[in-house]
Amino acid sequence: MARPALARLSPFNITSLALGLAFLYLPIVILVIYSFNASRLVTVWGGWSLRWYVEFFNDEAMLSALAMSLRVAAMSATAATILGTLAAVALTRAGSFHGRTLFSGMLYAPLVMPEVITGLSLLLLFVAVDAQRGFWTVTIAHTTLTMCFVTVVVQSRLGSLDRSLEEAAMDLGCDPFWAFVKVTLPLILPSVVAGWMLAFTLSMDDVVIASFTTGPGSTTLPIRIYSEVRLGVKPEINAICTLIVGSIAVVIVVASLVSKLSSRQGENAAPL
Amino acid sequence: MSGRRLFSAPARRAAIAPFLWMLLFFLLPFGFVLKISLSHAVMAQPPYLPVFDPAEGIAAPKAAIAAFSLDNFRLLASDHFYVLSYLRSVVVALVSTSILLAVGYPIAYGMSRLPARWQPIAMILVIVPFWTSFLIRVYAWINILQHDGILNNVLMALRLISAPVVWLSTDAAMYIGLVYSYLPFMILPLYATLAKIDPALLEASADLGGSRLTTFWLVTVPLSLPGIGAGALLCFIPIVGEFVIPDLLAGSASPMIGQTLWLEFFNNHDWPVASSIAVVLLVLLLAPLLVYERVQRRRLEGTR
Repeated sequence: MARPALARLSPFNITSLALGLAFLYLPIVILVIYSFNASRLVTVWGGWSLRWYVEFFNDEAMLSALAMSLRVAAMSATAATILGTLAAVALTRAGSFHGRTLFSGMLYAPLVMPEVITGLSLLLLFVAVDAQRGFWTVTIAHTTLTMCFVTVVVQSRLGSLDRSLEEAAMDLGCDPFWAFVKVTLPLILPSVVAGWMLAFTLSMDDVVIASFTTGPGSTTLPIRIYSEVRLGVKPEINAICTLIVGSIAVVIVVASLVSKLSSRQGENAAPL
Repeated sequence: MSGRRLFSAPARRAAIAPFLWMLLFFLLPFGFVLKISLSHAVMAQPPYLPVFDPAEGIAAPKAAIAAFSLDNFRLLASDHFYVLSYLRSVVVALVSTSILLAVGYPIAYGMSRLPARWQPIAMILVIVPFWTSFLIRVYAWINILQHDGILNNVLMALRLISAPVVWLSTDAAMYIGLVYSYLPFMILPLYATLAKIDPALLEASADLGGSRLTTFWLVTVPLSLPGIGAGALLCFIPIVGEFVIPDLLAGSASPMIGQTLWLEFFNNHDWPVASSIAVVLLVLLLAPLLVYERVQRRRLEGTR
């Protein structure tokens, strides 16, 4: 305690932190600045302008890809949150059961599995059952991937929760289901919301799995951006990326305000 | 105690839906991959079926399933192209994981030394770029690294170079993209273990005459080994199968195995070979995956 000799913050620590954060943020900042560039040449500065934003909002194909992505993300994030929360409850509350190792293995593997494998295998399943590829197949694929992330997020919160609260509710006559709904669920709500947001962003982000599982006429925004980027840099892409970064920033600010609010209500909500 | 037992039966019922979902959409699909990897390619059998036609798509694998064979795996083992793809993937993953460790450790260490109330803020600052689409992050580097990009402009303005240097489509660009995209995956597990180290241990080492450096090597590093392992695995395994980053940033000379799988599937429409590439990749990654599962479980048990 009283040993400042082990100074917690040496110049080395501060430098490495500052450099690390600069490395993480500089490319994004540069991207945002250049999205307001009037020049067609991406790196020649032609003054401030919103022309690439106008161009984006006039691009039918981009807009329909965006709509498709938003629909898939909303639907799959919701399904993933329900399934992932159930899985987290089972893993933290059910003790040992038959197939537990298989269950947790199946939930952890997709977190690190290369996406080309997950995408290919799901496509072969959809082909085998002759499923029409499009909105639903992408949604199912994204649900499968993102529910695993929801499980991890919710599980870490459930694991640190005081069980005596729900036991008390049951002692007072609640059946386990209502004890969960009335006591546990409100306590883990911040992490459930964080799980939903993570699932939503991951779905909005995915190129590889969507490319395998989508069909003609249902392109998602990342697939569209990806095919444009492959052909060369277009300033319009800078504008789209800035819009995405901006909306994510808004979501994060709102989320941290919500979690601060709920922690002020007498509970130590984890940041995000 | 009785309450806990009361709760475990309904909690077990909660597992049913996610269990069935994962069986149906995660485990079962591997059966199809395995099945098709064991079938003959029907490339020579015209007309070959377009990948994106759902009506015809099923006919190709059906015809192929007629005879199981190991031909595809023999092809993978005998053709240098595939062997080199696998080797390149492993080498790229090893190199970038090492760079990630070297870059991520000082940052995570710096975070863990911050005053307690600043640590959550630093953590959010590291996580936020991870919430930003990774496609955007790769694209941001294309903006910087391209021929008339910011990097070349800055270097020329500083008169460090006289003509634009080719950065894009090189291995250097790919490593920058990989390190940039996976850095949070490395920092967070490292930070988690570094923050947990009891300062008393560091003080004890100092009391016993250990310099800062020996304390770091003999106390901090060994205690952070679980974080090093988790971070390295979290980065290594997905990088082996990475597709988008090498495709956008690396040159086209020699593809990584994820790109080869993609090419076989989308360009050559050879589903059996693509499937067998996936099977071999999966087997290669199974060992580190199992280690990761172990580490993960031990970590979760440790927090309980």
